[in-house]
Amino acid sequence: MGEFLKIVFTTEFGYSVLRVTTPILFAALAALITDRAGVINIALEGIMLIAALTGVLFSAWFNSAWLGLIMALIFGLLSGMLIGYFHLQLKTNVILAAVALNLMASGGTIFILYIIAGDKGISSSIASKVLPKIALPLLDKIPVIGPILSGHNVLTYFALISVFLMHFFINKTPLGMRIRAVGENPEAADSVGISVKKTQFIALSLSGLIAAFGGAYMSMGYVSWFSRDMTAGRGFIALAAEAMGGASPVGSFLTSLLFGFFDALSNSLQLLRVPAEFVQMIPYVATVVGLVLYTAAKRKQHQRMLMKVGKKMESEA
Amino acid sequence: MHEDALLTMDKITKVYPNGIVANNEVSFSIRKGEIHALAGENGAGKSTLMRILFGLEESQGGTITLNGSEIKVGSPHEAIAHGIGMVHQHFMLVPSLTVAENMILGVEPRKRLKIDLQKAIKDTRILSDKYNLAVDPLVKVQFLPVGTKQKVEILKALYRGAEILILDEPTAVLTPQETKELFAELKLLKNLGTTIIFISHKLHEVKALCDRITIMRNGRSQGTFNISDVTPTDISRLMVGRDVILEIKKGPSRPGNVMLSVKDLVMANDLGQRAVKGVSFQVRKGEILGIAGVEGNGQSELVEGITGLEKIAHGEVLIGGEAVNRKSIKEIRNLGTCHIPEDRMTYGVAKEMTIEQNVLADKHDSPAFTGPILTKTRAIRDLSNKLVRYRDCRSFASAEAGMLSGGNIQCSCRPEFFADPQLIYDSRSADLGHRWGKLNLSVTAW
Repeated sequence: MGEFLKIVFTTEFGYSVLRVTTPILFAALAALITDRAGVINIALEGIMLIAALTGVLFSAWFNSAWLGLIMALIFGLLSGMLIGYFHLQLKTNVILAAVALNLMASGGTIFILYIIAGDKGISSSIASKVLPKIALPLLDKIPVIGPILSGHNVLTYFALISVFLMHFFINKTPLGMRIRAVGENPEAADSVGISVKKTQFIALSLSGLIAAFGGAYMSMGYVSWFSRDMTAGRGFIALAAEAMGGASPVGSFLTSLLFGFFDALSNSLQLLRVPAEFVQMIPYVATVVGLVLYTAAKRKQHQRMLMKVGKKMESEA
Repeated sequence: MHEDALLTMDKITKVYPNGIVANNEVSFSIRKGEIHALAGENGAGKSTLMRILFGLEESQGGTITLNGSEIKVGSPHEAIAHGIGMVHQHFMLVPSLTVAENMILGVEPRKRLKIDLQKAIKDTRILSDKYNLAVDPLVKVQFLPVGTKQKVEILKALYRGAEILILDEPTAVLTPQETKELFAELKLLKNLGTTIIFISHKLHEVKALCDRITIMRNGRSQGTFNISDVTPTDISRLMVGRDVILEIKKGPSRPGNVMLSVKDLVMANDLGQRAVKGVSFQVRKGEILGIAGVEGNGQSELVEGITGLEKIAHGEVLIGGEAVNRKSIKEIRNLGTCHIPEDRMTYGVAKEMTIEQNVLADKHDSPAFTGPILTKTRAIRDLSNKLVRYRDCRSFASAEAGMLSGGNIQCSCRPEFFADPQLIYDSRSADLGHRWGKLNLSVTAW
């Protein structure tokens, strides 16, 4: 136990929580935008994988991490648009389209990796680039907070800023309001001339773009290579985080942070003599437990509401 | 058609994919600044005609002329651009948005990247004052009473520049006081130059409000008349196609023991507000109890409590002396309860299944119809055929429920289809006495 606490209460651990939260947070925000538009995008996992590989390959070919990022974003955007095209234009079930994309991404990335790098597991033979880390001036001088907050990858900071950008976008802009209207009452949106299809297509495309940030971060920040299925379920954990966060940007950020905490914990505990398989299970168990608690809390809330409504009657009578 | 016509729909024909002819060469014309009633029974094709005008449905034939030039209305967006606005029977509002946000949805004023909410609020206030439609722009729509939601809908149409306003059965959801208020508002609108199409089948309302009337029956227009030239009897004869007898013969009731007892029932709605506030009543065997009230005043929640569809917040429901508070829906049904829901298409039948399959819905676990592994096809077919032949349900047991007309769906929701009914809840039956009078049961209606 002492050793456990020694690991958790360190600035290194705080730093690593933010580091591992980043991809989950991007994916959660990507899930949020489609959820609010009334379509669920469960292809975040696949889109992140595609973006992760694209980033590695193009950053090596162009010899530039930034161009790698841009290509990753383009491929993410295209993947989102592809789902939109299948679901909205060709009328496939959105879940099936997303499952197909996930499977295609999982197998396809390995296939392409093998063709280009001659390896089915890892891209270490490719000289890919990494996005820069940023030391925050002044802040990095402060003890405890400095080492936790400073020196992160540029995309980690962007992820944090994205929470506020998303809040602004969803709540304050015309497109954000249209997305909310389409998700809540598509007939109402339709009756005032808002195209439900177009709005959902935009939401799916943007979600591909945002998830691609998370994917690019995985292979060009979190680590400096691509490995098979490296997203390891983060796209799905993010769906849970978004739902538990009540589909709000700030709520999703907090739940992402929670899952990031358990992810970081599983990384750190590997230093102790706990079986690796058990430790690796932690983020996923945390997700299941989190969802159970979330549902239980919702139920409790409903019961309390009924109690309140009933009681009020008694006191008035 | 008329030289002074503002808008003319000529020979409009609409056939739905299931073969129902909703509009058969309907011609319809309105003058500027009038309130024009569009009357007819349910299913006469009024709403379809208006949905075509508003771009929600495509017609198979006919033309629409506005101010002398032919127009094509392919979507609500185009209808709005032509100055046509519609207030639907089911409100097209987004509950979590405020009144002002609902007003501007789709035509948002902008301030750089943001929505200019201040302008939206100001515009709402100006419009609300001008037309004497009192609404608070800052309240979320979900907290508004029905009458106010309707005002928001009318303002929404006016904000988009509607000069022709279609109101689809606007009084169906209003109390008499609210209806009076609405009529005053509509007359003011008319004086300010708006042309109004008022869909209704309530004759006295049409007489009180409208200038002219077009009557529809079975997808055909029965003609347009000045309201002063026709009597209510004329109108109802044209609507129904025969003289209407509004009285029914009913023997004296011989009520027995108490079947249903509701004590201090409190129910919450979806928003956690009290919808049913301590309601108590009793129904005896062989009695018909009517529950009156305008939509949205707790009737639905009351039924949900009695039938076990929602949890009871407080109070007690006894069926045949047994408390049902903790019973499942199945247990409540087994006490002899039968529920004919308000929205039959959604809650009454499974649309894509056959009548046979629908009939089986609450009997699938009865040994009479289900063997150890497979269902007993013949027993089910026999029962369905027997029930379909019963009275006048003219349909086939193997037909899909969704293909049936409203009346026939009602048939397949009938309690005769369920085992030994003791209690029936029915909403929305036009001829209750006729339907249930012969059965020695307790019926609760609203």
